[in-house]
Amino acid sequence: MEYISLFVKSIFVDNMIFSYFLGMCSYLAVSKNVKTANGLGIAVIFVLLITLPVNYLLNTYVLSPGALVWLGEDFANVDLSFLSFIIFIAVIAAITQIVEMVVEKFLPSLYSSLGIYLPLIAVNCAILGGSLFMQQRDFASCGESAVYALGSGIGWYLAIVALAAIREKMSYCHIPDPLKGLGITFIVVGLMGIAFMAFMGISL
Amino acid sequence: MNKDLKNTLLNPIFKGNPISVLVLGICSALAVTVQLKGALVMALSVIVVTGLSSLVVSLIRNTIPNRVRIIVQLVVVAMMVILVDQILKAYAYSTDKQLSVYIGLIITNCIVMGRIEAFALGNKPWPSFIDGVANGVGYGLILVIVAFFRELFGSGTLLGFQILPDSYVPNNLVILPPMALIFLGCIVWVQRAIQKDLQEK
Repeated sequence: MEYISLFVKSIFVDNMIFSYFLGMCSYLAVSKNVKTANGLGIAVIFVLLITLPVNYLLNTYVLSPGALVWLGEDFANVDLSFLSFIIFIAVIAAITQIVEMVVEKFLPSLYSSLGIYLPLIAVNCAILGGSLFMQQRDFASCGESAVYALGSGIGWYLAIVALAAIREKMSYCHIPDPLKGLGITFIVVGLMGIAFMAFMGISL
Repeated sequence: MNKDLKNTLLNPIFKGNPISVLVLGICSALAVTVQLKGALVMALSVIVVTGLSSLVVSLIRNTIPNRVRIIVQLVVVAMMVILVDQILKAYAYSTDKQLSVYIGLIITNCIVMGRIEAFALGNKPWPSFIDGVANGVGYGLILVIVAFFRELFGSGTLLGFQILPDSYVPNNLVILPPMALIFLGCIVWVQRAIQKDLQEK
């Protein structure tokens, strides 16, 4: 039951895009049409789902204060938490590289449409942000972190597909010249965020 | 200061602003703009990180193998961010808590990586340092503008001091995260109205 609550919460209430602005750069750049948005969204879900549990295990057994106690009593006072940024980003970069190679091998059409954005997932804030939130919120188990990863990935996916659909329609609209492109996209994302605020305070 | 260097310094602040023109680094930017203080600290941290990591990468640019350069750059950037984070934890603990994960997220701030890829890898250390700092300033400028309006209208204060009279009812909508995007949209609007060559067809 807690898992379901966490899942729904991470999709709608704590949406990566609308409440934390994570992953905005690729969000704005790749949301020009639904097809590529779809691909990137799935890639993000996938990478989040793998990296978060891995980083959770690293955080619990290596990085947090006193975590190294399984090596022996001498390590009880070791606190490596200042290394967490480097470790997390290294894990993320490595896993992104693997995902890129797998996609290139098995889904060449998706690979060519995602183009340069797949390597950019390594520097997608949503991925690192997920790991940092995981560390900050002290999840109780590996399963909980995996559920959180799946939920926030799906939240990100929904957000990017929705924006891509709106932008496809919007190309037929009359918009003041200086507002065309970037400006109106910002405002649309803001309005979508306000719509998502309706989910605030929901508890299951 | 020669002309090229001056151009490197001034261009990112308005004409080639990393946020409003290049659309880089919006990720971690907007959540910290509820209050002016947080925005100032964040801007300062980003200036330090972009400047120093551009400098370091530029110093070792000839020895980095091309295939693993992303990882090397990430390690350099992560190192700088850890330095900034530790300093903030030591001297400004409450602000560090308020910024929560967003200091760590400077690592994945596209401006840092973007400037390293586009500039520091092909230029000498000193211009790279200037370029990094200037981009940090351009980023900070937008952050401060957004935070100024959000704190002023959202709580009637600036840097924690009461500015608007008590009769002003704080606009709670401005405090909500999505309003940061709408403000940013307006900044882009104003800038593109002034600089017509930036407009998209």
